[in-house]
Amino acid sequence: MRVHTETAPSGLFARLAEIGRGPAGAANPSAAPEVLYDRHGVLVVRVGDVAVKAHQPDREYGVPFLGRIRLAEALPHLLVGPLGPPVDVDGRTVTVSPYGEPVDPREELPWEEGARLLAALHSTPVPADAPSWGRPTRVARLVSRLGDGPAEDVVRRAFATLPAWIRGEAPEPPGHAHLIHGDWHLGQMVRLPGAPDGNRRWRLIDIEDLGTGVPAWDLARPAALFSAGVLSPEEWGRFLGAYTRAGGPAVPAGGDPWAALEVPARTLAIQIAATCVISAGRDDRPLDGAEQAVVDACARIAAAGTPA
Amino acid sequence: MHCPKCRGVMRTYTRSGVHIEQCDSCRGIFLDYGELEALSQMESQYRAAPPAAAPGWGTPAPAVHHHHHGGHHHRPHHGSVFHMLFST
Repeated sequence: MRVHTETAPSGLFARLAEIGRGPAGAANPSAAPEVLYDRHGVLVVRVGDVAVKAHQPDREYGVPFLGRIRLAEALPHLLVGPLGPPVDVDGRTVTVSPYGEPVDPREELPWEEGARLLAALHSTPVPADAPSWGRPTRVARLVSRLGDGPAEDVVRRAFATLPAWIRGEAPEPPGHAHLIHGDWHLGQMVRLPGAPDGNRRWRLIDIEDLGTGVPAWDLARPAALFSAGVLSPEEWGRFLGAYTRAGGPAVPAGGDPWAALEVPARTLAIQIAATCVISAGRDDRPLDGAEQAVVDACARIAAAGTPA
Repeated sequence: MHCPKCRGVMRTYTRSGVHIEQCDSCRGIFLDYGELEALSQMESQYRAAPPAAAPGWGTPAPAVHHHHHGGHHHRPHHGSVFHMLFST
């Protein structure tokens, strides 16, 4: 299906709203469109009970993406994926998914629910045709965009300690035994409506990276933020405890979780620090406390050197 | 007891159950029979201690101040921390 429209960003919003209302406004005739997310080239518009997403422009949405949509369809108890194949809106890949209520940052955060969803996903038998997650690619891309400055140098020195396959300079090691989300954080969880008993029907969203990989990478972001002192030990403990109690395979049962988590956590600490430094530079402002804490973690990473 | 090296006064300290005599003058240390072995044993126990709860580059305590209201009240995450937790 090809949809003709204008190219202005406001035009994109209008087109996503139109798609959300359905043919001739049949699906959600009275719902007012609402922007849910507008960052990093991604636009998500809610219209009633659907969320219409214009995906990141500079990514490949070919055969593997269709495989990811099928994978999500097959795991409705874990994932909310698109209701059908993507459509093209002026060269932008657009999908329609059921709307779910996102995590409210003012409420108790669903660390346990997230951990249990990830443990269940990681324990799901891997279909033969599942696409590969591959390798973490964002960190090298972000570090390559860093400008000049002391914080930028710290992040680059930390990046140099990463294994060559993460820096994109060597083939990735084999052994992708599990299904993983590939980009997990608290923004990747929604609660589906229609649970009369008040049961929280949490699901994972954003399937662009879904595929076979090493499950410790799904724990990497909270592990990095805990290691940088940004996430409290209590919240990290709730997350990791719920994950291990649910039998998640990312960390060795009864062993040292950091044996599996250190490289992913280090990678994400560097990735988050690069994001913060780029963002602060763009806004021409100093790093705030949490951002500085992540850059300080990079300084310790650089000082520790390459363990391997 | 006097120091066998400089004749200074030896003072007794106890470290983790091991008695150590140290000279007030030259800071030399005198160990009784078995005390060196006891220290070596403690050192090996330290090395075999349970794994640290964070990687080597991790910070042991939160570097960012969290307000504690007691119990299980949620501390909202603002600004940059919100982005770190909620977006790619």
